[in-house]
Amino acid sequence: MLTVGKVVRRAACSIVAAAAVLVSPMAQAADRVVKVYNWSDYIDPEILTDFTKETGIKVVYDVFDSNEVLETKLLAGGSGYDVVVPTGSFLSRQIKAGVFQKLDKSKIPNFANVWPEVYSRVAQYDPDNLYAMNWMWGTTGVGYNEAKIKERMADAPVNSLDMIFKPEIAAKFKDCGIYVLDSPEDILPVALNYLGIDPNTTKEEDFKKAEDLMMKIRPYIKKFHSSEYINALANGDICMALGWSGDILQAGTRATDAKNGQVIKYHIPKEGTQMWFDMMAIPADAKDVEEAHIFLNYLNRPEVMAKASNFVQYANGNLASQKDIDESVLKNPAVYPDPDTFKKLYVKTAWDNKTQRIVTRMWTRITTGQ
Amino acid sequence: MSAKSNSLGRWYVIAAPYLWLLIFFLIPFFIVFKLSLSDVATAIPPYTPTFNWSEGIGKFISQLDFENYTFIFGDPLYVNAYLSSLKIAAISTILTLLVAYPMAYGMARAPKSWQPTLMMLVILPFWTSFLIRIYAWIAILKPEGFLTMFLMKLGIISEPLQIMNTTTAVYIGIVYSYLPFMILPLYASLEKINPSLLEAAQDLGSRPWRAFWQITFPLSLPGVFAGCLLVFIPAVGEFVIPDLLGGSDTLMIGKTLWNEFFNNRDWPLASAVAVILLLVLTIPIVLFQRQQQIERESGR
Repeated sequence: MLTVGKVVRRAACSIVAAAAVLVSPMAQAADRVVKVYNWSDYIDPEILTDFTKETGIKVVYDVFDSNEVLETKLLAGGSGYDVVVPTGSFLSRQIKAGVFQKLDKSKIPNFANVWPEVYSRVAQYDPDNLYAMNWMWGTTGVGYNEAKIKERMADAPVNSLDMIFKPEIAAKFKDCGIYVLDSPEDILPVALNYLGIDPNTTKEEDFKKAEDLMMKIRPYIKKFHSSEYINALANGDICMALGWSGDILQAGTRATDAKNGQVIKYHIPKEGTQMWFDMMAIPADAKDVEEAHIFLNYLNRPEVMAKASNFVQYANGNLASQKDIDESVLKNPAVYPDPDTFKKLYVKTAWDNKTQRIVTRMWTRITTGQ
Repeated sequence: MSAKSNSLGRWYVIAAPYLWLLIFFLIPFFIVFKLSLSDVATAIPPYTPTFNWSEGIGKFISQLDFENYTFIFGDPLYVNAYLSSLKIAAISTILTLLVAYPMAYGMARAPKSWQPTLMMLVILPFWTSFLIRIYAWIAILKPEGFLTMFLMKLGIISEPLQIMNTTTAVYIGIVYSYLPFMILPLYASLEKINPSLLEAAQDLGSRPWRAFWQITFPLSLPGVFAGCLLVFIPAVGEFVIPDLLGGSDTLMIGKTLWNEFFNNRDWPLASAVAVILLLVLTIPIVLFQRQQQIERESGR
């Protein structure tokens, strides 16, 4: 969703850009730009201004708030962007559809800084890491309002998916509200993993078990939605949400900033959960390929990546950056899990078309409770 | 010479609206219709076949089929979504009419000097973004929102209201958003009614209530129909209001279409859903208008 601030900022940017064009008509031909399409609230704006200062390349920066919106633009063709940031399973399907061009690694020497632990997992989406560079990664888990949970259940298993998948526990929080991501890609594998089934299964009977589990807790879920829970948590409108780590941590920050007394917490579930990766890639029809590579190389500098993680409070895939990351981020197990937890995190690959259709129908039955 | 250019000018005037319909309605419709006969593909664009001159039109047409339509009718999910959308739209239209009629009546009966101001007040909400107004309703309806706080303070309720994320919230949202579309045509037809007709009815001993039902209401029927269509048609395909105010169990065709298009990347099926929606809406309206015309002509 566009906030007023963003609109003003964007308007200001275009005025500055227009003024620059008017003032220096001669420079126009030589003006270099890179057009970036990234998630909303996902970068320290200083990084962009620093980049322009150093390289003279202007950054045109637009934002989206769902993978589906990005994907539709990419599949329609001619998106006009030079760098886009899809999430792993979307990336892998888009690579198959021929949306991206291979990265020219010779132009990205800072690829040497990457964290192999992360990139070996990313390879499930992007074999041999040919097409994309990791921007940030995180997990899917339970975010909750500390006081509201305690009020209803003093010994609630906050570090476990029992919070949501055990009907007798979920029932306790029905009155104050449970939100779940409206995304079968993110929820059904978590449910499968909780049941001890391979989260990457394609068997219909396995999905049936996940559906049964979801149906048992369905009466206690107030809403399936993939972005509203940030505000709902931050404003204290709901008890808990099964959502993305970064969004939940952001809800916590918003609540602290608003000084409304709500304390929002996140734990990586002890049963293990799904890891997601937001990946930067260059569309096949990008106009400013050279500039896009320079931009990716700049971002992959250790100090720049550290600055990015410090700002958005997500983990990144750049090992060398860790020495510059704030203690509060690096030592937060909800952001950078300890090695034991790390081992329990899994990666979900893209579903084939048939599985996708089965799952989507199933998901509609679950969300509408029919 | 001048007669000829005159008829040419007239021809242009007549052609303009048809050209408009052709460019902005018929051509887009055929694009969507063609898409609904295609199949999904992992490619840019995400469907097949795409038209290719070198392969010729015969091969292109041979790849089109009605599979998506049989799929939609074979699955109760879509039928339920259509029916539930029609039901939600019908109930909201009736509610809107009930709220709008007294307002329009009051406006039409108000002193002439007030009417522009009242009209202004009806149109005023349009000056704010539709999305922001729906967000404002979230703040009003949520369990700790203004409405609950207000009613609790008055001691009318003791528990927070559970309206947000239910179908009731969707009704409230639709009635609120579409109210001006109902008021304006109602006002237009009520304002035209000659007050001397009512005076005559009263002189002949009719009570006000009976005069209303026998004179005012029948004369305002064109406004009622126009207003109902203006509310009902967009309400059936409404997406934003059920998405923001409704719960996950609010099944509406707009949301189903969104799911097919964005989550399943199934543009052909989404197009088929849209084509059927269009038919579901247009055919009854065309039949209704024809009926009206026949009645009008036979009445002469």
